[in-house]
Amino acid sequence: MSKHPVLEVKGLKTSFFTDDGEVPAVDEIDFYINEGEILGIVGESGCGKSVTSLSIMGLLPKGIGKIVGGEILFKGESIVNASEKRMKEIRGKEIAMIFQEPMTSLNPLFTIGNQMVEAIRIHSKMNKKQAQERAIEMLKLVGLPRAKEIMNEYPHQLSGGMRQRVMIAMAMVCNPSLLIADEPTTALDVTIQAQILKLMKDLNKNFNTAIMMITHDLGVVAEVCHRVVVMYSGKIVEEGDVCTIFKSPKHPYTIGLIQSIPDIREKKARLYSIPGNVPKPGSIRQGCRFAARCEHAFERCFKENPGLYETGEQGHKVRCFLHQREEEMNVERTVAAGERT
Amino acid sequence: MFAYSIRRIFMVIPVLLGMSIIVFFMIRAIPGNPAQVILGQKATKEAVEALTHKLGLDQPWYVQYFKYLGGLLTGDLGESIRTGASITEEIWPYLAATLELSLAAMLIAIVIGVNAGIISAWFQNSWFDYVAMVLALIGVSMPIFWLGLMEQWIFAINLDLLPTSGREEVRNPVTPITHLYLIDTLLQGNTEQFVQVLQHLVLPSVALATIPMAIIARITRSSMLEVMKSDYIRTARAKGLSMFWVVYKHSLKNATIPVLTVIGLQMGLLLGGAILTETIFSWPGIGRYIYEAIGYRDYPVIQSGILVVATIFILINLLVDLLYAAIDPRIKYN
Repeated sequence: MSKHPVLEVKGLKTSFFTDDGEVPAVDEIDFYINEGEILGIVGESGCGKSVTSLSIMGLLPKGIGKIVGGEILFKGESIVNASEKRMKEIRGKEIAMIFQEPMTSLNPLFTIGNQMVEAIRIHSKMNKKQAQERAIEMLKLVGLPRAKEIMNEYPHQLSGGMRQRVMIAMAMVCNPSLLIADEPTTALDVTIQAQILKLMKDLNKNFNTAIMMITHDLGVVAEVCHRVVVMYSGKIVEEGDVCTIFKSPKHPYTIGLIQSIPDIREKKARLYSIPGNVPKPGSIRQGCRFAARCEHAFERCFKENPGLYETGEQGHKVRCFLHQREEEMNVERTVAAGERT
Repeated sequence: MFAYSIRRIFMVIPVLLGMSIIVFFMIRAIPGNPAQVILGQKATKEAVEALTHKLGLDQPWYVQYFKYLGGLLTGDLGESIRTGASITEEIWPYLAATLELSLAAMLIAIVIGVNAGIISAWFQNSWFDYVAMVLALIGVSMPIFWLGLMEQWIFAINLDLLPTSGREEVRNPVTPITHLYLIDTLLQGNTEQFVQVLQHLVLPSVALATIPMAIIARITRSSMLEVMKSDYIRTARAKGLSMFWVVYKHSLKNATIPVLTVIGLQMGLLLGGAILTETIFSWPGIGRYIYEAIGYRDYPVIQSGILVVATIFILINLLVDLLYAAIDPRIKYN
């Protein structure tokens, strides 16, 4: 796997402007996605996952949501202030997106064929017939039977799983370098979920498409992702590769998330849950945002905002004072090692 | 689609029957003998009896109703008491005049109203949105007779741009074929008359268009705003479609259904409610025809006039229902 980042997000800050003033939904987050990599972005509802993806696509609700700081680099090109013309070229062709609700994400009044062909013809010079052939080819590729007939059918004639396949086919039609999948399996049955995840893994492997998988389901992450970013209340609280995060999670929030996955082998009277709710965006201005729900929280957590500390393992970072010492110790160790040589 | 259409068309039959019953009993609901009412207090007993017999009022009501229904089915609307002429023949020129006027008004209302609504929704909370919606509010609350008089005063009397009233130039009358003058003059290839007819049409149709235009603009705006929030619009944007296509292809078609409903209802109201406009602009339409018949207590004419207007109203709404199915593929299956 090559190591060129397709997408780099640096210090991205996105705010919503409401009657009550500015509400930061995403607060200075940094992450990257390499070519052909599947990055999971995990967090509870309202933590800023979807806002991050809409910021990348330039599709924040006009006049309400706005990127107020930071940079988004797509293949090295800054796209935060890119012209609408450039963004139209990027959307669909370079970065494609699929959504949570396959039931409502397709226009009910146009046939699947119409919507597929449209996606193809925006970005290529194919004539209608070629575009139709390409659409049928894509529908077959995502595993839809009777692709030809589906072209003439309307969304309401298809099941949720089939619609999500259509969405994926439509997103992949221009061979994008990055696919943003915003909770693509949340609204589907478990068996269909597994099929869709397998499909996405296959596409990632066969076409080397990088995928940004937004989800609140750690099962999905374990199944498909290479690396994970855990978000909490607009901030990244932990990041690392999948094995590290699952084997040795460091942030109390991540630990809580992993503990709340039901385990079929153990019979527990009650499933673990993290006490409390995600704070309203913008309500915590001081200290760690998780402090109020954290059983390890101490005085400092409520006063200062912790940085993102490295744990010593490759690429594993955590935003928690409990692990600050670890970073310092690592630095000391490296310095000491340096002195010895 | 076909099965739905057939079903929907058949559903009109009971509605039409019900309407004919209501219209039939409306005239019978007048206290006393209608013949007496028509002829007045000073009429002789013989005259009243003669008219009662002529109107068939001396027969049992079910006989009267089936005779009346039979007449309707063969296209016979009865005779006018005032002129003695067949109403079926008499009514068409008036109806044509109203159709021409209200279709012109509806065209103006739809073209301006729908586009104003779309642009207002697209640029929500912009100055265009504010101005358009304030104008729409004024439009809805504007008394038509006042607007008509103002139009005449400004454009006909002061600026002398357009004729004050009537349907055609008095010194250059149109030879009717279909009685829809725009079509007649075109058929005859008479450009000069076509322009004259068009000029006569401008002021009344603008006056008549105001209220529907305002309502259509407001409905289009709110319906578009609703649609533009939906997931499939986000999908369309994520595909890289331009805002123009997103608005005019993906949003407009979905926003059309409530707008169509309003257009259907407003069209019906225009047909029946054009009376004020027709009076102000001396437009020889069906509103005026019925209004005059009321003055002469010409009951068969009133009855037929109401029947014709109501039938057109029902047919327009049938058309709207069929259009729903043509636009929304989900409707056929429900």
